[in-house]
Amino acid sequence: MSSNLETFCSIGGAGKFTDYFKVDVKSKRWNLLVVLGSMIGGFLGAHWLSPNPSVDISVKTVAKLQNLGFDSAGTAYLPTELFSMESLSDPKVWIILLVAGFLVGFGTRYAGGCTSGHAISGLSNLQRPSLIAVIGFFIGGLIMVHLLFPLIFTA
Amino acid sequence: MKNIVYIVLGTFLGIVLYKSEAASWFRIYEMFQFDSFHMYGIIGSALALGIVLVLCIKKFKIKSFSGEIISIPDKEKSFARYILGGTLFGLGWALAGACPGPIYILVGAGYWPIVIVLIGAVLGALVYGVVRGKLPH
Repeated sequence: MSSNLETFCSIGGAGKFTDYFKVDVKSKRWNLLVVLGSMIGGFLGAHWLSPNPSVDISVKTVAKLQNLGFDSAGTAYLPTELFSMESLSDPKVWIILLVAGFLVGFGTRYAGGCTSGHAISGLSNLQRPSLIAVIGFFIGGLIMVHLLFPLIFTA
Repeated sequence: MKNIVYIVLGTFLGIVLYKSEAASWFRIYEMFQFDSFHMYGIIGSALALGIVLVLCIKKFKIKSFSGEIISIPDKEKSFARYILGGTLFGLGWALAGACPGPIYILVGAGYWPIVIVLIGAVLGALVYGVVRGKLPH
């Protein structure tokens, strides 16, 4: 799924700056169609197939999140503190979302794959590089959630 | 015709990841807290099925729908790019609560602030493409 991010760069004309993005977009078309489909799936899942959007996370998780100021824990699909239109009145939320996205885009392309490419496809094909990447995913995720969240989010 | 197959497969992926809650920020946080089996069950069952399917594809030389035998290239050997890139992605995955697939799915679901995450991700891929020559691979 993450290679589409590079295709978007190519479509946007990034091939002018570096040869890395000079690719035949036509050969990536199938993958863009999967993205289009996944958006349709997200729409159907959210609007037609989910009468109750709240996510039944564990009681322990709810308590930890409330300590960090996430009062929407257990009552929504995404935290309203980050993903509601009201939350966007806080510039800090814009920075958090932009930095998070940047790390996702930069990291997945550096690692040559994301959850779908390494954790599912790569490990299914018993690839050692994918195991290293998935270990990296967890190093990063655990540092973020356990060490950085208490600095970024305060109740 | 093939185009429709890709769109239908994407739609199926979107519904499965949305309804299984793998596209929920809360589930990603819970996973990194080891508070529930939920995400490990999703990834683990996908992986178990994937291993069997890849073995079958190789053993029975299964053909793709364009008629060629499916061959899955090995990943290029390296350590630095996987551990460094993986760690950077992990930081972003936990903060955004979404990896690339769920980012697109959540755009479709209408959670508009995720568009900022998507813009950040495209920028990240762009910067990687520009500076990649200077990074250890």
